[in-house]
Amino acid sequence: MQLQPAMPRSWRVDTKPHKFCPGCGHGLILKCLGQAVDELGIEDRVVYGCDIGCSLLSWDFFNLDTVQTHHGRTTPVMTGIKRARPELICIAYMGDGGGYSIGVQHLVSSVHRNEKITVVLANNTQYAMTGGQMAPTTLPGQKTETTPYGRDPEVTGFPFQGPEMVSAIAREGAYVARGSISNMRQLTGYLKKALVNQIEGNGFSFVEALSACPTNWRTNASETWSFIDKEMHGHFKTGEFKTPGSGQGEVRADE
Amino acid sequence: MLQKVIQEEKRAFMTGNEVVAWAALAARAEIMFGYPITPQNEIMHYWTRLAPKYGKSFLQTEDELSAGFAAAGGVMSGRKAFTATAGTGNILMQEPLSMAEMMRLPVVAVIQQRGGPSTATVIYSQQEVNLTTMGGNGEGLRIVYSTATHQELYDYTIKAFNTAWKYRFPTFVLGDGYQAKMREPLTLYDPEARGIQLVEQEPFVGQKGSPGKDRPPAQYRNTYNLEEELFEKLMSDVRDYEKIIPELAEFQSSGVEGAELAIVGHGVVFRAVREAVNVLREQGIKVCYFRPVTLRPLPVPQLKSLAGEVKKILIVESAYGQLARLVTEAVYGANAEIHTLFKPGVGITSGEVEARAREILQKPLH
Ligand SMILES: Cc1ncc(C[n+]2csc(CCOP(=O)(O)OP(=O)(O)O)c2C)c(N)n1
Ligand code: SF4
Ligand SMILES: [Mg+2]
Repeated sequence: MQLQPAMPRSWRVDTKPHKFCPGCGHGLILKCLGQAVDELGIEDRVVYGCDIGCSLLSWDFFNLDTVQTHHGRTTPVMTGIKRARPELICIAYMGDGGGYSIGVQHLVSSVHRNEKITVVLANNTQYAMTGGQMAPTTLPGQKTETTPYGRDPEVTGFPFQGPEMVSAIAREGAYVARGSISNMRQLTGYLKKALVNQIEGNGFSFVEALSACPTNWRTNASETWSFIDKEMHGHFKTGEFKTPGSGQGEVRADE
Repeated sequence: MLQKVIQEEKRAFMTGNEVVAWAALAARAEIMFGYPITPQNEIMHYWTRLAPKYGKSFLQTEDELSAGFAAAGGVMSGRKAFTATAGTGNILMQEPLSMAEMMRLPVVAVIQQRGGPSTATVIYSQQEVNLTTMGGNGEGLRIVYSTATHQELYDYTIKAFNTAWKYRFPTFVLGDGYQAKMREPLTLYDPEARGIQLVEQEPFVGQKGSPGKDRPPAQYRNTYNLEEELFEKLMSDVRDYEKIIPELAEFQSSGVEGAELAIVGHGVVFRAVREAVNVLREQGIKVCYFRPVTLRPLPVPQLKSLAGEVKKILIVESAYGQLARLVTEAVYGANAEIHTLFKPGVGITSGEVEARAREILQKPLH
């Protein structure tokens, strides 16, 4: 068995401990992402983009060239970099509000154009940075600051199915998966495949990661994990939705 | 692949939008991001026809937010990227261009003004002065060139890339639908053949070497922990901007000395102003003209001294006081009376300017 390094090489040591709240999912997702970058040895070619939302706290997180943009606009900024310098590997990291709400037109359009970028989206079922409002991903009945009596899907819709939507409109060559911080080995694998897909120039790649926001959920450690495993996993299937060469296949469930 | 865009100077007769595409090529722009909107469309149409022949690229984005942000990404990667828009597109463009302002990104945007509403008369206006000069959620640290002729569209589009990359502030070329759509003769030239040095582009991200080993990682942000930290950053940008104002601010004026009335106009309206001034002066009436070429930064000291020199100022524009607000603020404290001729969204003839000047000077035509 190979021991995992405590900190990925691509992390900046001088900016640790990181700025996320204790127990936050962002740090775990970025650990997986850092490991994927390390394993592929691509740090010289990566441009990492992060959004507005708690992802912005990662603007100095990596030993990677980084652009922290506006809310929802990381996808077009990374698109612009990739279009102008195709040899760079562009990663757009954002929250569910950024990717599925204010920037959803950019997500849809970049999938549709099959942009050769990698979008990584942290689904924490709400707008964390602004204090816990409803997001497109909020679960039915879930209480947030703007759904204090619980989300009523008749009024505000059901949880947004991101990878499902992306794989439905993605072209052959795209890679689409949903992982979770509760299975970091699998999530790292998905992120690695997503990056390889970009490196090989196959097409768009997208990984949603089920994340945690104990601060706004107001959960302790065990409640946090149980919310992810019992509640979130019930609404959001993890697995690979589309891999290059697989056609428009069904979701392949977890191993 | 064709190398030099323009081998030797040549006279051309073309629309303003075509001029912009040629100028961007001559300035060695590398990639355009755009979204259709009248009256800017033909900039994209000509660029998409010309660009592949010179190894340049184009992306039609899903909206102007994306066009502006992708252009920001393009310049960050070290390529001369630009965009063009108008009207409601200019509103959406303000978000990415505000980011460009805060991050000091040399994005070039060509605006062919059409004003509001979202559709209908989409051809002409000067109603995007507020938006283009101060439309962001910031301090307006940007450069805006207002062109009056096709030759200037060519000259200033080339200049816009140089200004943007030299000073690292987003730079606008402010035209309008008339300039965009009408044909006019001009001279196309290779800037370097005329001794205009093209400023080299440099990457912000994706530089040589391994980040964290050979060099620190290049990290750019729009987030600051403390108000004071942001204040420091902003004030340093403001100081940079104020320092370069004397190099940047441009104007055109004639006959100021001894004039009683100064007529101020910008862009295509300036042509009517100049003609009216020429006619009036031939008749011995003491008028002069003053035209700000840069609306941001405005040539403030020159406007102030103008207002000290003449008794009256007439501000003429195809908007309801957008230029006038800038000018009156600049000349605040001077004694000159301010008069106006506002025709929002409508063209202005030299006859109208002349008539208004006569009215102000109480010199009716006999
Ligand atoms: C144009 C714009 N609208 C609204 C905001 C305010 N805002 C900041 S963060 C945020 C929500 C972020 O939520 P999400 O993208 O889910 O990220 P999280 O914080 O949950 O990780 C919002 C709405 C903004 N910065 N810009
Ligand atoms: S508010 Fe939530 S998402 Fe944001 S850093 Fe804290 S735990 Fe993480
Ligand atoms: Mg969120």
